[in-house]
Amino acid sequence: MRHLLSTRGLARDEAIALLDIAEDMAAVQHREVKKLPTLRGKTVVNLFFEDSTRTRISFEAAAKRLSADVINFSAKGSSVSKGESLKDTAQTLQAMGADGVVIRHPASGAPYTLATSGWIDAGVVNAGDGTHEHPTQALLDAFTMRSRLHGAASRGKGLDGVRVVIVGDILHSRVARSNVWLLSTLGAEVTLVAPPTLVPVDTAGWPASVAFDLDEALATKPDVVMMLRIQAERMHGSFFPNSREYARTWGLDDARFSQLPTTTMVMHPGPMNRGLEISALAADSAQSTVREQVANGVSVRMAALYLLLSGERGELR
Amino acid sequence: MARTVLNHADISRALTRIAHEILESNRGATDLVILGIPTRGTVLARRIAELIQRIEPSAPVQLAGSLDVTMYRDDLSRSGIRMPSPTELPPGGIDGRTVVLVDDVLYSGRTIRSAFDALSDLGRARAVRLAVLVDRGHREFPIRADFVGKNLPSAASERINVRLTEVDGGDDHVTIEGGAE
Amino acid sequence: MTESFLITGATLPSGERADIRIADGRIIEVGRIADAAGATIVDADGLIALPGLVDLHTHLREPGYEQSETVLTGTRAAAAGGFTAVFAMANTSPVADTAGVVEQVASLGTAAGYATVQPIGAVTVGLKGEQLAELGAMARSRAGVRVFSDDGFCVFDPLLMRRALEYVKAFDGVVAQHAQEPRLTQGAQMNEGALSGELGLAGWPAVAEESIIARDVLLAEHVGSRLHVCHVSTAGSVEVIRWAKARGIDVTAEVTPHHLLLTEELVASYDPRYKVNPPLRRAEDVEALRAALADGTIDIVATDHAPHPIEAKQSEWDAAANGMVGLESALSVVHASVVENGLLGWSDVARVLSSTPARIGRLAGQGQGIVAGAAPEVTLYDPSAASEFALDRLAGRSINSPYLGRALPGRVVATFHAGYATLLDGVVQPADEVARRAAALVGGARG
Repeated sequence: MRHLLSTRGLARDEAIALLDIAEDMAAVQHREVKKLPTLRGKTVVNLFFEDSTRTRISFEAAAKRLSADVINFSAKGSSVSKGESLKDTAQTLQAMGADGVVIRHPASGAPYTLATSGWIDAGVVNAGDGTHEHPTQALLDAFTMRSRLHGAASRGKGLDGVRVVIVGDILHSRVARSNVWLLSTLGAEVTLVAPPTLVPVDTAGWPASVAFDLDEALATKPDVVMMLRIQAERMHGSFFPNSREYARTWGLDDARFSQLPTTTMVMHPGPMNRGLEISALAADSAQSTVREQVANGVSVRMAALYLLLSGERGELR
Repeated sequence: MARTVLNHADISRALTRIAHEILESNRGATDLVILGIPTRGTVLARRIAELIQRIEPSAPVQLAGSLDVTMYRDDLSRSGIRMPSPTELPPGGIDGRTVVLVDDVLYSGRTIRSAFDALSDLGRARAVRLAVLVDRGHREFPIRADFVGKNLPSAASERINVRLTEVDGGDDHVTIEGGAE
Repeated sequence: MTESFLITGATLPSGERADIRIADGRIIEVGRIADAAGATIVDADGLIALPGLVDLHTHLREPGYEQSETVLTGTRAAAAGGFTAVFAMANTSPVADTAGVVEQVASLGTAAGYATVQPIGAVTVGLKGEQLAELGAMARSRAGVRVFSDDGFCVFDPLLMRRALEYVKAFDGVVAQHAQEPRLTQGAQMNEGALSGELGLAGWPAVAEESIIARDVLLAEHVGSRLHVCHVSTAGSVEVIRWAKARGIDVTAEVTPHHLLLTEELVASYDPRYKVNPPLRRAEDVEALRAALADGTIDIVATDHAPHPIEAKQSEWDAAANGMVGLESALSVVHASVVENGLLGWSDVARVLSSTPARIGRLAGQGQGIVAGAAPEVTLYDPSAASEFALDRLAGRSINSPYLGRALPGRVVATFHAGYATLLDGVVQPADEVARRAAALVGGARG
């Protein structure tokens, strides 16, 4: 694997291989010595043009547990301006000998531009680009689902027949996009639920169905309900009247949560707006996978870094 | 042209002998852990453990495990990406026990060197021994096997292929092919 | 004593073969010409002779953005593409919203000598959409402005648009509208549709163009004015314009070469060379635009030549500038998109790229065709030369062409402007030589 830019282009066997490697990485997390020497001497740069302490820490832990050297490069709010900055930064990293670049950027496609520009030889991991994709988040979500469903027997398995409902701001969510592609590749059936204003204009080509009524979607007793964060700026864009109406119509409140089967997983990519898209009861329940998602994030990112930075940067063998 | 150097019966005899030798050197099966190196070493470790249990019925039921060394290799950036395998230890781990590492072919010794690193991250064994089905020579590290199925002097240009029913289907056999004409 | 040329064996737009003689500041003869005394012979066997091309929509960037293009470099690009006249858009710095700026641009064009440079005046002061610019003063200036446009921005205020449409009637002007509803396109990055949703790029919906065109044709009808629509890009816009023309509304429309050939799928590469405003649309839109050009619903092809320095395109998609250079590639792209498939013949090409744009822009001395007595503006095009479009085809200051590395048919071989060659054997003629010939003409006219 040369780069990890999206889940759109990920084949089923590639995705399962990555999740299987993440199982091995997860096993390491339970040992006394949590570190592997695998990427000794490699340099991983966390290049964040947008704040995200959680994602950066997760990648940093992943790289360090594989013994890579980690450099954190926060380009937000500094003198870096738009335009030329991505190129300049890339050339700086190239000169520093970066083997891997983990990039978070507010512009959709920026990781793609970095990977294909010829400015840098490093392997590029997309850690979230604009409203496009966030592939490692989707991979950790899939990993979490697989672990809950199959436990120690997860290896080699997909998510065939698993019914997943994703609720919230689909239009602006990179997490939703990455999950739609990955989960369907792994065989899951995805339903997107959102106010019509927060669904892209044409999703006919998406391997997912779209619904506007959350109660109807939950009545089908899905295996997974994934709640997306509502960003504060959406409140002022006339996407919905106000947060009260949103919470009442599209939030996973106590009443809706109590109607769900006790086997239904409740997921959230974090950070949560408790009381808006998800109630505290649902978020803290045994059905909630929120903390597992964080732990699994490190394992999945270790697997991604391993695939990108070990070997001759060639095909999986 | 491949030439068979060990057939099913040869392999079976060699493993039986190794099982006896392990028991003899360890003075029984107490605190013994047999760890195979994936993929075929794991199969051999399982077979050796079964043989030991047949010889010594008091031996622990779960004697065998597997030790993946992929993440510890020193040649990761020289080949394609290697898929790791799971590491599975018998209950109780390796602390204070005698670990017998099992691999199919001993060649440069680099895999075994990686295994030492992997092992030390898992705990502190009392002693570490090495059992191999075939020793073909050409060592690049000061490593030697304690238990050897067959010594098979070979040219570096030759290929030794170990085929085991559980992994490859068909009958067990070891072949040698290629090399100088 | 001016130079004279005898172009031999050219194929006219009508398909006839003829020799063309250029002398004394005009085309003096078209037909079988034996007498060539003193003339430079140009062998045009196998070449198509078109009347010099006229671009109603060029960004020359001077004054203010000389790092992208200047009047000199932009008209060199024009010559390379077979253009003998360009209308220079008003979004310079300072904006071309006063007589002073438009006269400066026109005189820079005259001095360079590669093509007629006809400035377009801004509709509103500073393109801000708040207050009418001095339209009359620009019309009466030495630049003789007849086309007014805030291109880059839409004249969004309906009352201001109505007033502009009415006001320019006084001097037979036309308002060229950049049809883009600003609220519907806030932050827009590409055509809105399935692909924008997938790529996570903010959408530029077709309705944002169509609703403004619909409003403007109704305003033009109401006040009895002439309206020109810039860079039509959607099938829906074509329908609105078709309806307006059927109703007798005095509207003309242009399409760019890139909207005739390229589709939004190119954006999936996130390569900013494909970032343009209005954005590349769907294949259905391209089909509709081609058909509209063939049936006359769309009147002309105009390049929207929009040069940008390299750094403006070497970035992530959101930060990249909108626009493509288009003068040098226009004829080949028209050839590839509507001639090869038989939708347009070469006489249609002469109409949509020469006579009609000159007429819409009320530009004298251009678009008169290849007939005896016409202005000496001639382009020779080799339709059989197919090649990969490479850097050596670009003659302007900027290289933001979406066609680099793409196979395109044909090649402009020679361009004659004002009776002298600006491009010969595919080579742009030296600037000092061209400037000298241009100066001699001005001097001659005075004398």
